[in-house]
Amino acid sequence: MLSVWEKSSTARVVAPARPRKLAKVPFVELADGRLQGVVSSGSDIGRVYVSSISAGTYAFACSTNNNRPCGGARGTFCNHLRALVTEAVLQYGAERVARYLKVETAQEPDAATLLGTMTQTRPAQGDTSAAAPVFSRFLRHLAYLELPPTTAPLPEMQWFPTTRAAA
Amino acid sequence: MVPDDEGGCLMRTDLLGEPIEGLDEALAAVDAFDAVLTDGLLRPRPAQAEGLDRLAEAVAGTPLAARVAEAAGKAAAGAAGEEHFLALAAARAALLGSVHDALATRVDEATGRPKPAGAPDRQEPSPEPASTLSAAARSWLCDLARSGWRGLDHDLAAGAAPVVSAMLPDTLLRRQAALLDGFAAELAASCPGATLERVPERRWADLWMRSLLLTLPGAAPAPATTPATGRLLPLGVDLQEHATAVQAQVHAVFEPSDGGAPRLVRAAASAPKPDTVVGAGLWQLLRPHLSLLAAAGEGRAMELDAMPLTDEGDLLWDEAHARPADEADPFATARVVLPTSTAAATAPLDRHPVRIAVPILLEGYAVRAEEGGPTELELAGHRLAVDVDRLPAAGPLTAESVARSRACIGLLRWDAGRFTVQPLAAETVVRKKAVAVHAGAWAGGTADKAGTRAEKAATDAVAGLRERAGRLLRK
Ligand SMILES: [Zn+2]
Repeated sequence: MLSVWEKSSTARVVAPARPRKLAKVPFVELADGRLQGVVSSGSDIGRVYVSSISAGTYAFACSTNNNRPCGGARGTFCNHLRALVTEAVLQYGAERVARYLKVETAQEPDAATLLGTMTQTRPAQGDTSAAAPVFSRFLRHLAYLELPPTTAPLPEMQWFPTTRAAA
Repeated sequence: MVPDDEGGCLMRTDLLGEPIEGLDEALAAVDAFDAVLTDGLLRPRPAQAEGLDRLAEAVAGTPLAARVAEAAGKAAAGAAGEEHFLALAAARAALLGSVHDALATRVDEATGRPKPAGAPDRQEPSPEPASTLSAAARSWLCDLARSGWRGLDHDLAAGAAPVVSAMLPDTLLRRQAALLDGFAAELAASCPGATLERVPERRWADLWMRSLLLTLPGAAPAPATTPATGRLLPLGVDLQEHATAVQAQVHAVFEPSDGGAPRLVRAAASAPKPDTVVGAGLWQLLRPHLSLLAAAGEGRAMELDAMPLTDEGDLLWDEAHARPADEADPFATARVVLPTSTAAATAPLDRHPVRIAVPILLEGYAVRAEEGGPTELELAGHRLAVDVDRLPAAGPLTAESVARSRACIGLLRWDAGRFTVQPLAAETVVRKKAVAVHAGAWAGGTADKAGTRAEKAATDAVAGLRERAGRLLRK
């Protein structure tokens, strides 16, 4: 016998993102087996950093969108990576981030315990080959704002009711 | 004052709990097929052949029989091609179409309202959608059916992205694009499929089926319209969203100025969006394109002058054909006009239980809400569950206000084997005066303190993203 959830056409599979301020970290996602995103440079408004942490190994990378390595990400997490984790926890909830990255914490996870647990394993520095695809996904994400709304009905959206359940 | 014996209190909620003949059998065949998709059809096992047979048998007496039987055979041998997957999807859609029809008949009996007009069959010759994109989508969907939900990986889930990106700018392909985008995002968030604790079998099979059928040329033709002139009385707002799309649908009663019978209609606005635009940000995206959202939020009617109206009851909103009118209390509309309003027929492809969203008025109930349990409305000894999860986060209507209410306007829906009501508005009594709270009250903007804060946060978020887009996209 299937449970009710499995027989529901409108079963909630992914909780919507929780609202957060986007100035510091305009883009965060759990995708391709990584926590990855784009972090604003503190000093140069025209520059952004592409930062990522791999699930399981916590191998990390941080570089500018022009593929210059981040000076802070030598040996351990830089401030961009720390901001990435903090904002991902705001957007998705600590539990979902912990599950995706395969971080096990003794108590209820939060951004600080996630960062502490990962850095304690002395994760290796990964290569920055993901930077280009992550950055292009960020641009694709921004492009959604430019697409025209329509007043023709989309009957398929009946499968996607809004939900009060936040991530 | 409207006498109590008029209107929605005549709702026969007792009928909603009674079994419907043939429903379980049709759904059992659907379930059998859905289980087949969970394991995929790359190397089918005997149990899967059985599931495919159940689907084929269920449509044995229909014009689809031969094609579906052949498709089931090919699929069971691990040799299904695109036309076979399409035949299986069509068979599943036909079964759910019959379930939809049986449920819709039951809803008509329960509401006691005039029966919907006959099925619409007029169609405008529609511009042929870009067929290479549909072909690419179809190929991805067939790969999904082969791998099965258990065989999902990141590469497969990401396969839809280029198709969706190419489809999104073309508003004629928006239905396909919005569906594929939401579906693919769920699959990506669920990778790898092998370690999933549970699989949303009905849902993903639904999304797969619908996506596949929409790739057929002419599957979603532009509907024929007639000009609608008269008064539009909003009942409430229904909000739908996934990470990268939102749609708001206003349910309303249309009173034609020629004195014709009132009709139940809908008007929608939808937009693609970044996943970080949520809550009040959704209303902000849609507000400029549907002044009806503000009218519904403020309790006003609108005058329509030759607004295009489809045979399915959808107003294709165009601000040039609408202007604000007098105050119109949705509860008065629901009590006085709704009982004699006629719903439109459902388009053939839309005959699916998920499409059932029938405006109703409920009064004179007792609320049953135990701590942590479901909220239910009890009428004449029969209980109807309230889907409080569907209340928009950026709105004043909460489960608590429903629990305190003595009347509510809602959408009657059916999912996972039972009817539920989705509240659109609830009426409570404060110091002997009726006070109504609407789910879509903030759709047009709000002076509410919490609402204003949410609006400001959403404005800042979008402004920040637009500023980024301005810098990075136009380099
Ligand atoms: Zn860095």
